[in-house]
Amino acid sequence: MRAADPPVRVRDLTKAYGALTALGGVSFDIEEGETFGLLGPNGAGKSTTIEILEGYRNRSGGSASVLGVDPQHGGTGWKAQLGIVLQSGGESANVSVVEQLTHFARYYPNPRNVGEVIEAVGLADKARTRIGKLSGGQRRRVDVALGIIGRPRLLFLDEPTTGFDPEARRQFWGLIDRLKGEGTTILLTTHYLDEAAALSDRVGVIVDGRLVDIGPVDEIGGDAAKVPLVRWREAGVVRSERTRAPAALAARLFAEAGGEVDGLEITRPSLEDIYLDLVGARDDGSGEAA
Amino acid sequence: MRTLDLGWSRIRYELKTYFRQGDSVFFTFLFPILMLSVFAVAFSTSGKIGAAPDGSGGISFAAFYVPGMVAAGMLLSGVQNLGVDIAGEKGDGTLKRLGGTPLPVFSYFMGKIGMVLVSAILQVALLLLVARFGFDVALPTEPGKWFTFAWIFLFGVVTSCVLGIALSALPRTGKSATAVVIPIVLLLQFISGVYLNFNQLPAWLQNIASVFPLKWMAQGMRSVFLPASFETAERGGAWNLGLVALVMGLWLVVGLILCRLTFRWIRKDS
Repeated sequence: MRAADPPVRVRDLTKAYGALTALGGVSFDIEEGETFGLLGPNGAGKSTTIEILEGYRNRSGGSASVLGVDPQHGGTGWKAQLGIVLQSGGESANVSVVEQLTHFARYYPNPRNVGEVIEAVGLADKARTRIGKLSGGQRRRVDVALGIIGRPRLLFLDEPTTGFDPEARRQFWGLIDRLKGEGTTILLTTHYLDEAAALSDRVGVIVDGRLVDIGPVDEIGGDAAKVPLVRWREAGVVRSERTRAPAALAARLFAEAGGEVDGLEITRPSLEDIYLDLVGARDDGSGEAA
Repeated sequence: MRTLDLGWSRIRYELKTYFRQGDSVFFTFLFPILMLSVFAVAFSTSGKIGAAPDGSGGISFAAFYVPGMVAAGMLLSGVQNLGVDIAGEKGDGTLKRLGGTPLPVFSYFMGKIGMVLVSAILQVALLLLVARFGFDVALPTEPGKWFTFAWIFLFGVVTSCVLGIALSALPRTGKSATAVVIPIVLLLQFISGVYLNFNQLPAWLQNIASVFPLKWMAQGMRSVFLPASFETAERGGAWNLGLVALVMGLWLVVGLILCRLTFRWIRKDS
């Protein structure tokens, strides 16, 4: 692998299941140390993409390189550099958290300290509990712990915080920040847009198997997506308007109302608004059911 | 060697999880012992098998059933245990997780086979203890017999394991695994001389059974546990241990090839 090659390089990636096209030509790079978020509705192709890169699925066309290796032919030396957190874990329920992590740590040449990992995912007081007796959210933390125990260069997180309570999600975000600080490259898929915004350096939005936009979180959706939103109440009804001149609109409303405007707020669209625009525009434009 | 080290580590891990399963494992583990007890008690008043016309010699039904139950234990430990276990691990995502780690496939197999060997040895030891002290079965005293026992047992269990791993590719889901595996092993036990006296089965059924390894495991174990006078009842009037080794060896090779061809951490395009 040349020094210039990014850890993940995907070009025109396609995947077909029989007549069904799951991916219709996706291209992106993930740079060393970057956290890349893949967003999209259910069935858009997020998991198909991540599973092709993890080596779980064969692609139908295009090219993919993960840490300099074609993931279809990755051996154990290649897997030793990856951390994989799958969408749903199939934990053996008969071992404790510390037993499971101690065992999995042996697979890797340079694993993290088991105690520190358990601490980091917030399971210190459950370390000796059998995994089968943990709650869904706690099991998910075990999945995450197993994903990072091998000190991966590249970490795949497929909807990692499903089933977490808000506090656990915050803790998890802190953990990801520390991993980023250590230089780990991360590919994340998530349904939570605040999560994508908080963690990702760049995001890609995937709809119907195509990448409809890609870029830094604050540039996604292009200029049109940044048009501020003015919201106010008129005779008890909430009104809203997007305008590039929000102050002028507010002034006009102020003049019309002859005083303060009821419930006035001016906001920049959140990632969620932009995302919904992107996904919605695609739905309206394509004219056919997904 | 990393692969072997991880294999040993897998054996310890597998044994730990196997014996922690409790109830589900209890039945498979104790099955041959329970069956021996049932037959021994049911036929306890039926006199002796293979006695001379003057009533001397012969053995009890308990003694007669020992070799068959040893052979059944060998088959069940490997084929039934692993066939169901691995299909289940495929279904619940355990294999998918392992497939994403640098664990070599060989280490995984080594863990499974090691776990089965340990549990099968414990099982047969318990079976023989129950036979000896519960039902007063005389066990062989010649070292030669125990040597024969050892190689047939180890060879047979390893062959069963490999066949169990190969068979685990058949069930489409973890839940259907028992439904696929149990009828196969049950049928084999009935036609291979585990529950029924093999030498009294019709010749055509004997011929069918002779294709499969269980018949040969049972025959090998009869040579160990039954008196020499029983040898004449066998086909060809001999224990034929060479053929026992040959057939088990063929099945081992077939099983290894099937494992190589069919075993995948996950079905890539399911």
